[in-house]
Amino acid sequence: MSRTTLDLWVGLFVALGFAALVFLAVKVGSYTDAPGGATYTVEAAFDNIGGLKTRAPVKSAGVVVGRVGGIHFDSQSYRAIVRLDLQRRYEFPVDTSASILTSGLLGEQYIGLDPGADSEILEDGDKLQITQSAVVLEKLIGQFLFNKAAETPTHGASAQ
Amino acid sequence: MNALLRRIGAMTVDGVWRLGFMARFFLALLRCSGQSFRRLPLTIREIYFSGVLSLLIILVSGLFVGLVLGLQGYDILQRFGSSDALGIMVALSLLRELGPVVAGLLFASRAGSAVTAEIGLMKTTEQLQAMDMMAVNPIARVVAPRFWGGVISMPLLAAMFSAMGIFGGWLIGVVAIGVDDGAFWSQMRASVDFRYDIVNGTIKSFVFGVAVSLIAVFEGYDCQPTAEGVSRAITRTVVSSALAILALDFVLTSFMFRGL
Amino acid sequence: MTPEVTALDDGGLDGGSAAATQPGLTLLPAAMTFNQEHLDRIGLRGGRFVRISSLCSAIFKRFMTPASSGPLVNLNHVCFAYGEREILHGVDLTVHRGQVVAIMGGSGSGKTTLLRLIGGQLRANAGTVEVDGQDMGRLPIPALYALRRRMGMLFQFGALFTDMNVFDNVAFPLREHTALPAGLIRDLVLMKLHAVGLRGAAALMPSALSGGMARRVALARAVALDPMLMLYDEPFAGLDPISLGTIGHLIRRLNDALGAASIMVTHDVQASLDLVDYVYFVSEGRIVAHGAPTEIRASADPFVHQFVHAEADGPVPFHYPAPPLASLLDGALA
Repeated sequence: MSRTTLDLWVGLFVALGFAALVFLAVKVGSYTDAPGGATYTVEAAFDNIGGLKTRAPVKSAGVVVGRVGGIHFDSQSYRAIVRLDLQRRYEFPVDTSASILTSGLLGEQYIGLDPGADSEILEDGDKLQITQSAVVLEKLIGQFLFNKAAETPTHGASAQ
Repeated sequence: MNALLRRIGAMTVDGVWRLGFMARFFLALLRCSGQSFRRLPLTIREIYFSGVLSLLIILVSGLFVGLVLGLQGYDILQRFGSSDALGIMVALSLLRELGPVVAGLLFASRAGSAVTAEIGLMKTTEQLQAMDMMAVNPIARVVAPRFWGGVISMPLLAAMFSAMGIFGGWLIGVVAIGVDDGAFWSQMRASVDFRYDIVNGTIKSFVFGVAVSLIAVFEGYDCQPTAEGVSRAITRTVVSSALAILALDFVLTSFMFRGL
Repeated sequence: MTPEVTALDDGGLDGGSAAATQPGLTLLPAAMTFNQEHLDRIGLRGGRFVRISSLCSAIFKRFMTPASSGPLVNLNHVCFAYGEREILHGVDLTVHRGQVVAIMGGSGSGKTTLLRLIGGQLRANAGTVEVDGQDMGRLPIPALYALRRRMGMLFQFGALFTDMNVFDNVAFPLREHTALPAGLIRDLVLMKLHAVGLRGAAALMPSALSGGMARRVALARAVALDPMLMLYDEPFAGLDPISLGTIGHLIRRLNDALGAASIMVTHDVQASLDLVDYVYFVSEGRIVAHGAPTEIRASADPFVHQFVHAEADGPVPFHYPAPPLASLLDGALA
């Protein structure tokens, strides 16, 4: 095999390989968290985070604006402190509220941000003041049953 | 009992000796690698033999693995009413595991065994000795270009395998079964992270490339210079490469994808 | 017009004329003088040839300047063992420039080991192996490689690189060790192949060559850098009489043309006695006899006599050591 054919084949091979990588990078994957430096971090404290995991999406109006950077337990306030890495290009007022939501009935949990009306915007290291904990299904069911049980006697009375 | 202990002892000593020899061989190889890059045609030739010639088997296997993943994935996912997630399943299983591992196994049996056979036969027919007597270091001239050719080819082959597999999954899921095209790609894009899934998968395939290439050149260089010795060396290349890939895969996975 | 042009004999060339005046330093066999017809056949024009010859002599000088005037190869009481198994016990051997020396002995007598010690592939356990005044046992790898550039070795079955054609095989040492332009390498390779009579086979792959042709190509490759010392490992093994004669003739001619020394390990007595200057007989790791071919032929030494005349029994017994047959038979009957 001559040198030029060999070079041609290898060139084709390498080009194909990189094309595959580019395809994977562009079409299959997404750069969900922009490279470091382009995010800013705020913290939020929750009574209960339910099944929230690190790297879960942070959404506002349904658009992914950041990721959960870390979760730890604060033994002073007995609450969960969640670190949110938000993308630089998105700005939120300081009175924004964070709530833990579930996508679909059994889907993954994410954090939803509801912007407030303040004119000041959140800076790196700020804390979100208003938070709403995750809805825990067991508690919800428990509450439902409790309510039902409380209702039953009146029903029974009316039937009699 | 005594004989059994002695055999275990002998096997241990032998294994440690071989491992040490392999490590020294690897160091010598790295020291002699300059020429592989200064004289690029040497390495390009080996990329042709280990990469280009493995292309067909990699692409065809990738396509079939993707087709199977599409069928099985659809069958499982539609039970939970989430057949839209087919793209996620196909892409993640290919990028994280099947791409690097299956491409690595195919690469070991297609290219690794060929490299072992070639170097082993060169040793058997005294070509390596002849080179040494001509004041040309056979590790620099023969072994290192084959090693680097393999190391360069392997990640590219794994990427092509994954891309082809995703295409196969798309063919079955979208074209044949009728999963929504938009949902297939958008769900996939939403869940596949470039750095976390694609880069880690590529790192895996690179590590497998180093392992398989090292085993292949070492077994060839170390083989008994007889016909039987060469055939045994080829078998050892395929077997040890497969074991090394699976063991390394476990280690790498446990470091890379430890529960979020 | 057919001017007779002797190799390297071109006046008015820097280097060329100087080299030509030194006796024994001709690059090509002295018998090979080139006239215009020859040059045409190799595809060389006169001017080009002149350039090559001056360059050849430059290479020649770089690789062939003798470092010392003593013997080229000198083994002094060399012992060698593979692990526990002793192969050589105190071997003394001397080879001078211009000599073709044969090392003869039965299979497993340690003669190939001797060759490897001289080539620096093995290192002696005791004693010294000196090549061109340098102790092979203490030479660091770079110096060993520098020395090997001035050695050529012909392996038993040629050891041609099977993934290259004949041309690339012969060009291999030139490409690895010199930075000559491609055109010059082509000319040099064709000259080397011409010297072994295989210029027409340049495009063949080694698998298409017969055993004798493969060895001639390997010979052309071994002399590509005009070595000062040639080592031959069983150059005659498995050849038909014609190829055998050709190889023998080439060994002698190349040695004389290069002004080199040659060491040949062989057990082909008749073929080698005709062409060598000196013979060493090795048996069980020792030199048992040595001398010029005429002395060897006339030798009364029982071992030499048995070897030269190919007798089945003698100092080298027909039977592998064993208890007497009678005792075995008695045991079987009892």
